[in-house]
Amino acid sequence: MSFLDIRRATKSYGTVEVLHSVDISVEEGEFLVLVGPSGCGKSTLLNMIAGLESITGGEIAIKGRTVNGVHPSKRNIAMVFQSYALYPNMTVAQNMTFGLEMHGVPKAERDHALADVAKLLQIDHLLDRKPGQLSGGQRQRVAMGRALVRKPDVFLFDEPLSNLDAKLRVDMRTEIKKLHQKLGTTIVYVTHDQIEAMTLSTRIAVMNKGHVQQLGTPREIYDRPANVFVATFMGSPAMNIIPASVVVKDGCPNARVADADGVERLLPFSQPNLAGREGREILLGIRPEAITDPEGADRKSSNIVAMSNRVGVAEPAGSDTFVTMTLSGRDVIGRIRADANVTSGEPFSFAINMEKAVAFDPKTEERIVH
Amino acid sequence: MASASSSAMQDTAVSTGRVTRTFVYLVLALFALFYLLPLYVMGVNSVKPLVEITSGNMMALPQVWTMAPWHSAWSTAQIGVEPTGLKPYFLNSILMVVPAVAISTIVGALNGYILTKWRFRGDTWVFGLMLFSCFIPFQIVLIPMAMVLGQLGLAGSVPGLVLVHVVYGIGFTTLYFRNYYAAFPTELVRAAQIDGAGFFRIFWRILLPVSGPIAVVSVIWQFTNIWNDFLFGASFGGTSQPMTVALNNLVQSSTGVKEYNVHFAGAILAALPTLFVYVVAGRYFVRGLMAGSVKG
Ligand SMILES: Nc1ncnc2c1ncn2[C@@H]1O[C@H](COP(=O)(O)OP(=O)(O)O)[C@@H](O)[C@H]1O
Ligand SMILES: [Mg+2]
Repeated sequence: MSFLDIRRATKSYGTVEVLHSVDISVEEGEFLVLVGPSGCGKSTLLNMIAGLESITGGEIAIKGRTVNGVHPSKRNIAMVFQSYALYPNMTVAQNMTFGLEMHGVPKAERDHALADVAKLLQIDHLLDRKPGQLSGGQRQRVAMGRALVRKPDVFLFDEPLSNLDAKLRVDMRTEIKKLHQKLGTTIVYVTHDQIEAMTLSTRIAVMNKGHVQQLGTPREIYDRPANVFVATFMGSPAMNIIPASVVVKDGCPNARVADADGVERLLPFSQPNLAGREGREILLGIRPEAITDPEGADRKSSNIVAMSNRVGVAEPAGSDTFVTMTLSGRDVIGRIRADANVTSGEPFSFAINMEKAVAFDPKTEERIVH
Repeated sequence: MASASSSAMQDTAVSTGRVTRTFVYLVLALFALFYLLPLYVMGVNSVKPLVEITSGNMMALPQVWTMAPWHSAWSTAQIGVEPTGLKPYFLNSILMVVPAVAISTIVGALNGYILTKWRFRGDTWVFGLMLFSCFIPFQIVLIPMAMVLGQLGLAGSVPGLVLVHVVYGIGFTTLYFRNYYAAFPTELVRAAQIDGAGFFRIFWRILLPVSGPIAVVSVIWQFTNIWNDFLFGASFGGTSQPMTVALNNLVQSSTGVKEYNVHFAGAILAALPTLFVYVVAGRYFVRGLMAGSVKG
């Protein structure tokens, strides 16, 4: 039994099922991020944990207590909304203590809790202001403060950073992470931003169309994506998915692809089990950072394959240069050092880290494990 | 933001010459005078002896200033058969309009709150029907209303009139509040639910404090409509007739000479409360009407 248990939870609106049998368990102190494209059901799931949406089927339990049908205020959760949802007519202090007041906490205790949290979030000087007199970042802090004051079992965040500008978003992200490390609270955090998911979480649930596609640590999700959807959703630029077929040479499996001029090339796999797929079609998955110039290749890797191919376009991004080339008719993006000498339309000698390559079944789009 | 848009406005505004501007103001002043003319006529003639009116000049200032017509209209003039003046009827109107405005506004606010934040199956139908009630002409409901009032034992009483006006006004007040609350973020209600506030607490502590502008609209609308209503008052007033019906009786009384100066004073008395409400709350009225449509 975990701290927060979601067992076979489904949600339907009328006859439309928008969440299909979701199973997730969260341990105490974990930072779980629900990530997925817009409309995949993240907010719905979060609202079901909060009690703002009813649970159509299955069960949700917090600290071993089933909370199906329990009122939101009696689940001992706190939520930070995308719009912050600060009460416009109340001061910051009143906003933050409203929940305590509603729960009958005495004034002295409320003031004490308020002072603690205000200090922690450095918003002491804002306590007498109304939300309308705050900047976006300050509102964000107050919204978090309102959640913290309650000392809930579980914090729920629904895209809390999406209304901030890019710079502030990165700062607040770091702060949320620091806060989590300091307080060790259990957090369920919804975002559609895969970078937020990777940086903040201890575990990620990648969702699509009401299904949990994969549940795992950021490393697992990134290095061993369960399927093509997870592989391409997580990471920017997205993982390259290249049609290939398996050729066994000297007992080792290779991915056979065609270069920009249609010439066949063999890329040896590091996973011997793929030999069982000899002659079959697969989808080869290679992340852009595994396609480099020879000097930029990962020295720890035991399987760097050199391959020259014609460069499509080169896009300098400051720290690196993103380079496209054609493999098996697909545009493939590589990431090379900024000072590597690369020219559009000319051949370039790439280094491909096949240790990090993955293979997917072209029909099911699931990653091939055995 | 505000400074940017105002400077943009200056850039695009057509610069008008001094002559044009003077002309525009002149025309506007003329219109204003024209609209104020009836008030002027009523005012000057209500402080003249009757002979000055009957001798001819309605527009002239009084030669002899007198408050006697006001006194007469208020407390001694013949209303129907009783020489009571308008005073008791003014009181009737106050007793009718205050609870009717208060109740219909509060019910409208609650309806708007439920229709936007506690939605239920068929709520759009309920709202549609309430909206429809705004378009029912007074005359259609007279007879059914009389029957209902009779059965409730409220016929011919002030509480009866209050009920009629509340029922008739709820459609409008619900419309105002529903549209106002529709723009109010539902996430705030959800946050309050998590904080542990219940149905009425959320209404009282979260929504009502920001409902000022639309409450003003509702109050002004209801006040002027109910105060100025004649048909319901004449039909269901019985012995508790409102000011409007009494004014009609004062002006229409067929016995004796027509005391125009008293009539003018009575008419001003009947119009004063609505005038007062507009002057006090008028600027919030426009603001409230705009608030639903334009997000600021
Ligand atoms: N009240 C509702 N009635 C019907 N469908 C809804 C309702 N709320 C959400 N949905 C649907 O459920 C799906 C998931 O929505 P949501 O959880 O808000 O997605 P996300 O937060 O991942 O963007 C969407 O397809 C949405 O259209
Ligand atoms: Mg959402």
